[in-house]
Amino acid sequence: MTALGTTPATNKQAPPARNRVYRPKLRQLPVLATLALLIIMYVIGTANYRGFSDTQVVLNILVDNAFLLVVAAGMTFVILTGGIDLSVGAVVALTTTLAATLLDAGWPPAVVLPAMLLGGTLFGTGMGAVIHFFKIEPFIATLAGMFLARGLALLINRNSITITDGFWTSVAQQRIRFAPGVFISSSVVVALVVVLLGAYVLAYTRFGRTVYAIGGNADSALLMGLPVGRTRIGVYAVSGFCSALGGLLLSFYMLSGYSLHAQGLELDAIAAVVIGGVLLTGGSGYLFGTVLGVLVLGLIQTILTFQGTLSSWWTRIVVGALLFAFIVLQRLVTRRVR
Amino acid sequence: MTDSTPAVLEMAGIRKVFPGVTALDGVDFRLFPGEVHALMGENGAGKSTLIKVLTGVYDIDGGDVRLAGSPVRFAGPLQAQQAGISTVYQEVNLCANLSVAENIFIGREPRTLGRIRWGEMRKRARALLARLDLDLDVTAPLTSYSLAIQQMIAIARAVDIDARVLILDEPTSSLDAGEVEQLFQVVRRLKDDGVAILFVSHFLDQVYAIADRMTVLRNGRLIGEWRTAELPRMQLVTAMIGKELATLEEIEEQPRAAAAALERGEPVVEARGLGRRGAIEPFQLAIHAGEVVGLAGLLGSGRTELARLLFGADHADEGTLAVGGRPVTIRSPHAAMAHGIAFSSENRRTEGLVADLTVRENIVLALQAARGWTRPLPRRIQDELVAKYVAALQIRPADPELPVRTLSGGNQQKVLLARWLITEPKLLIVDEPTRGIDVGAKAEIQRLVAELAGGGMAVLFVSAELEEVLRLSHKIEVLRDRRLVEELDNTGGLDADRIMRTIAEGTSQ
Repeated sequence: MTALGTTPATNKQAPPARNRVYRPKLRQLPVLATLALLIIMYVIGTANYRGFSDTQVVLNILVDNAFLLVVAAGMTFVILTGGIDLSVGAVVALTTTLAATLLDAGWPPAVVLPAMLLGGTLFGTGMGAVIHFFKIEPFIATLAGMFLARGLALLINRNSITITDGFWTSVAQQRIRFAPGVFISSSVVVALVVVLLGAYVLAYTRFGRTVYAIGGNADSALLMGLPVGRTRIGVYAVSGFCSALGGLLLSFYMLSGYSLHAQGLELDAIAAVVIGGVLLTGGSGYLFGTVLGVLVLGLIQTILTFQGTLSSWWTRIVVGALLFAFIVLQRLVTRRVR
Repeated sequence: MTDSTPAVLEMAGIRKVFPGVTALDGVDFRLFPGEVHALMGENGAGKSTLIKVLTGVYDIDGGDVRLAGSPVRFAGPLQAQQAGISTVYQEVNLCANLSVAENIFIGREPRTLGRIRWGEMRKRARALLARLDLDLDVTAPLTSYSLAIQQMIAIARAVDIDARVLILDEPTSSLDAGEVEQLFQVVRRLKDDGVAILFVSHFLDQVYAIADRMTVLRNGRLIGEWRTAELPRMQLVTAMIGKELATLEEIEEQPRAAAAALERGEPVVEARGLGRRGAIEPFQLAIHAGEVVGLAGLLGSGRTELARLLFGADHADEGTLAVGGRPVTIRSPHAAMAHGIAFSSENRRTEGLVADLTVRENIVLALQAARGWTRPLPRRIQDELVAKYVAALQIRPADPELPVRTLSGGNQQKVLLARWLITEPKLLIVDEPTRGIDVGAKAEIQRLVAELAGGGMAVLFVSAELEEVLRLSHKIEVLRDRRLVEELDNTGGLDADRIMRTIAEGTSQ
């Protein structure tokens, strides 16, 4: 205590103001930018096209993209750790093909549903284990996973398989109506539950916070005594589960299983996550942003549908331009943070 | 602190063997509650190995470790932490993207049914920081605080695990003097609370300011344990390097003798009113062949900025630069190299060496760059050149095919120097060549600089250590607040006090 008495002035930390810049807002900037973009796009849509302002137009974006939202939610976990999962589209395709084949063979839905989810989770866990234990780049490991899953799907059946199972068709036709002509499908409910659950896990559980810590600095996280290996494998398991669930939702939506479903879905999912403001290097971003990202992608498609004269490939061009803009924005934001 | 209280940690006869090297050979070490114990030794003495044994990173090949009297053996850092041994490393090992509170508590957050109680966590973080006399916004991200504060947050995290033993592994290497004092306040606080602290630092002043006791290692062997008060500095340094400071004293005389003999003809490089807004105000500087010009000044006074301007790493926005009497415009390091100017940078890890390339590849890098990729250097000539400089600079181990990251800091620095020396520059700029390396290697590098100048090379020597600048330089340029305030001839009467006065007060006229 004698030491404290000698220089009490230097003892207190110099006022934080000296080193402080208010940053949380800066971190949320990409999400806010996406929100602004979404609102602007919606306003442009309503101003230019008749019937665009119908509530159902917005709800249809959710209905049509529920499976993408689920897949993108899983992808968010992976990207937050600084990783990437290229296998998601292939796993979706494999799930639809396998589910359709098994249902066709007379398996009951009560077995097929959990089996698919378990299979997807195990597939993700396997990739995570390869990444962690053999120190393989996630890009390479999941690229291998992508070929494996797509190949398996093609091996099972090259043709589209129609699903005629009673449970599947009834779920597919299930509508939750708010008013006449205003409804959502049960897939939307599933997707929203996944998002809420995911957001809770990321914000309020040790697993979720470790995800952010790994994305921030994996070496530090290890030295801080955090379960880095378990968590890293865990996020790929989450992504695998979400892909399988997304595959099931797609099979409800399409009422078919097809090994060529969901081609390039992994890129849409990554685009949605990045446009939603999640940093590709990990450690920063919110699941809410991913939801906005999916909505932006859906809204672009809707606008092009309403326009009617433009080729659907314009979706790709606009998404590409947006992606580029958001990556530059992220770079600017992080540069200022550092 | 007294010998009557039992030691909290006792290591006896520790042995650790790596393929080909015995890193620790029968080392004893003990730590008492409420003391700061410095672990001293040159690079390669076994300090890091001993710490890694203690933190459970390495398993030992012999000897035993007792914590509070009972034998322990850790399978990893997590187990060591749980047993009450916490470590704060040289680099801040926290997550910059998380808040202060989270950085302290992540992995040990207060939870109910798995749900993190954020409010409780912030409250505890505030209380803990208050114990260390820190008043911070715990919800702010870590990056909003300076390195020193981040280091103290790391300590807060370490001590919250009810640490009985706290290891501080070179925590001060990137802090300035005021920040070091802040850190020491915290350390003294913890010491008074009865925490046993193991402190490692290259700065002797700091060790003498904070340590109660010292243990010296050399080449993996225990040299001895002393109370700080009973160990004069000269004796400590002798214990650490094991030889008399002959080399250091020898070069002490050299430059001054040379200074008298030096004929100042046409300067090799002359800056007239060279400056860059926001970096360094316009300055005059002439460097002659065979002359060592030292740059002295505090951190942030513009030392590195001045050097970067001469090398073309930054562009001057006013003034002129003449090389060998002819005015030149240097727009890039590549252009500077063409004019015979070489720059050995301060950050050997990030700006200088490519860690995974071999010693040979690193050495020929600059020469190859100067030749251009269309004219590859034949392997035979590479080998000859590299062998010559590995021998001349006494790079150890003398195997040019080893990846450079496996070398010690001092030897990495020599590799960096060798890289520039083979381009045979007329002017060599060395920025902090001796930072973070041990006393012996330091002396060798200083000797090398003196020799190079003796051989006719012009040298611009940048260092934060005044004694070193004073020892080597023929003349000293003193910088203050990004301005070259005075040029002092290093003949006789000049001493560190005089330079410090100039740094503190500006021009002394």
